[in-house]
Amino acid sequence: MSSLTLISAALRRKKARTFLTFSSVVFAFLMFGVLSMIRSAFSMGVDLAGEDRLVVRHRVSLFQLLPQSYEADMEELPGVVDAMHMTWFGGVYQDPQNFFMQSPVVPAEYLDMYPEIRLSEEARTRWIETRNGAVVGRATAERFGWEVGDRVPIQPTIWQQEGREDEAWEFELVGIYHSDVEGFDETQMLFRYDFFDETRSFGRGQVGWYAVRVNDPERAAEVAASIDRLFQNSAAETKSEPEGAFAAGFANQMGNIGLIVTSILGAVFFTILLVSGNTMAQSVRERVGEIGLLKAIGFTAARVQRLVLFESLTLVTSAGFFGLLLAAGLAAVVQPMFAAYMPGLFLQGRDIFIGLGLAVLTGLVVGFFPARRAMKLRTAFALRRL
Amino acid sequence: MRRFASFIRQCQAVSLYNLQTVWRRRGLSAVAIFGVAGVVGVMVAVLSMAAGFRAVVTGQARDDVAVVLRGGATAESSSILSREEIAVLQEPPGVARGSAGLLVSPELFVIIDRPKIGVGTDANVPLRGVEAAAFEVRDGIELVEGRRFEPGRNEIIVGVAAAAAFEGLLVGETIDVGRASWEVVGHFTAGGGVAESEIWTDTRVLQQMYQRGNSYNSALVRLTDPAAFEEYERALENDPRLNVGVQTQRAYQAAQSAPMEVFISILGWIIVAMMSAGAVFAALNTMYAAVSARAREVATLRALGFARLPVVVSVMIESLAFGIVGAVLGGAASWALFDGFRASTINFASFSQVAFAFQVTPDLLTQGITLALVIGGIGGLFPAIGAARRSVVGALREP
Repeated sequence: MSSLTLISAALRRKKARTFLTFSSVVFAFLMFGVLSMIRSAFSMGVDLAGEDRLVVRHRVSLFQLLPQSYEADMEELPGVVDAMHMTWFGGVYQDPQNFFMQSPVVPAEYLDMYPEIRLSEEARTRWIETRNGAVVGRATAERFGWEVGDRVPIQPTIWQQEGREDEAWEFELVGIYHSDVEGFDETQMLFRYDFFDETRSFGRGQVGWYAVRVNDPERAAEVAASIDRLFQNSAAETKSEPEGAFAAGFANQMGNIGLIVTSILGAVFFTILLVSGNTMAQSVRERVGEIGLLKAIGFTAARVQRLVLFESLTLVTSAGFFGLLLAAGLAAVVQPMFAAYMPGLFLQGRDIFIGLGLAVLTGLVVGFFPARRAMKLRTAFALRRL
Repeated sequence: MRRFASFIRQCQAVSLYNLQTVWRRRGLSAVAIFGVAGVVGVMVAVLSMAAGFRAVVTGQARDDVAVVLRGGATAESSSILSREEIAVLQEPPGVARGSAGLLVSPELFVIIDRPKIGVGTDANVPLRGVEAAAFEVRDGIELVEGRRFEPGRNEIIVGVAAAAAFEGLLVGETIDVGRASWEVVGHFTAGGGVAESEIWTDTRVLQQMYQRGNSYNSALVRLTDPAAFEEYERALENDPRLNVGVQTQRAYQAAQSAPMEVFISILGWIIVAMMSAGAVFAALNTMYAAVSARAREVATLRALGFARLPVVVSVMIESLAFGIVGAVLGGAASWALFDGFRASTINFASFSQVAFAFQVTPDLLTQGITLALVIGGIGGLFPAIGAARRSVVGALREP
């Protein structure tokens, strides 16, 4: 009789129990997948950050403006390839609830800085030709049903138009961008800085923050320090850091999501170990006689131990895999739904691997004690229970 | 009537017998109990976060205080009011009078970076420029350490929640904002309200530093009573010299806290729904096992003349009891671990930090017990029906 037949017989012995244990483990791993997605959404793109990009902001806070002239100053520094600015526009489309980010940029520089962004040649050309032209990420375009050619009114909350206070800015949509990088932010609306600067009623020549590309990621911290030194004791001192550190800092502002997620998963897996461990133990207890019989007909202790361990592995690990599969399916459905609200909500390959490893580990831990018990069972004693 | 009394007696007998044997099945029973405890514990913890956040942001908000922003602005940071406009705010009837004149508090609101204690990365801390009226417009502002800032000097006072959440804000310490150094001269409480997460200083000093001339972001106006609000609002909206939006402080703060609160709650309930499904399977497993372990005993009772229903009832009672015990354990653990746990998060509406403490409220514990009863109910029902349906003869023959 092959081991497979024995394991399959053991699992079919009480079908309801096998099904219920299987299901509870499936839910544990589904949760693992969902919580991993949530953690990824809250990490604010830490994992997607460009290694060769720095973020330079005002030292007092992100909301203080910097002179646009800093761009040229920074580009003179050794190690800096390119600098490009963005500015928080904070406009409202129809309803303050419809939040998405808008920023004026210099189109060519922006597209150079973020090669992750895919925008058609046609859109690039039209953007250069259209003074009030704007491009928007796929997720936001789908959210509001915008198409290329649409005129989009954005009500200002900060930036009024010179001589037309409280009137909406009107942008012409010249293109819709997307990205091939999974989880990349496809929500932003970008329009031309020259149009913005000429039209705004105050703050001309002031921008929000800079993205700076360095030629050697290894020396990013060094370049950041030299930028901050350059503007030391000026009216607007800077704070520069690698994009990843900036994103991590922003994520920390929300709170320690990583800790919360890990605590919940800890509670879930503790319970799962308890539930499935107990089920396996009970199953072995009920089969004491049968196991004794196996030993009596020549099965070695080691083989009996392996049988029980494999039974546990089959049940728990396959349930874990199935749960992860469900999570991946769920992610495929949910990700496009939430792309406009939480761009980072997706299941990372790394998390799937961790999940697979966890499934195997859980199977082994759950089976360990029952397997040892089965191994140590004294044959004569066990046979009495038949 | 007699049949009913006999039914009750049978239920009692079977249930008591069942509960007496729980200890013999302690491993399995523990599984069901811990499963429920895990779900309830996580649920209470997550929702206590939302409750604590709400308590801070809306707790001290009043109906007789009006928040005045520039028309169209949704938050202080995007609003601007001139000195002239502030003067107009004092004209309509209904403005309450304080120790030094009418209670209109013009305020400046900016954000500065301070490292968050524990993580060390910068967080957006609100810095508010205030005049004397600010201390009277709000309720319960009290200096608990040090003194108030002196007008015209680079001095700040810090809310106790901010002092505990961000680095370098103890009395006597100095912080650098831009090229100026500010000395922390006092700590204040605000009845648990959102002001405790803020840093306050003199408006003039802040205006100068931020080159704001004589402008402000917002104004708080204390009215004589809540009924005066409508008339006051109408007076401002009809004034041709003004372009402002007026709300009660309660409405304003509720709108400020809503996005975060809704967000935490939705996320919390998704997690709880999934955990509950897992726990239902664990409970079903336990109760099926409990029933099958006692198949002969149940059959014996049935053979002795016990009806089916008392058997169903007894299994249900046991499952519900596990649920309640689990809920109490989970709720108690959550309360012990998280009640009063201090955290700070970003308020999406103002993009600034709010420090708050988790609040495990009785209401949350009630919700936890309700959830546990649902899990226990579903977990017990099917095994109970199964037990009642088994043939007496078949079960008696089993080893």
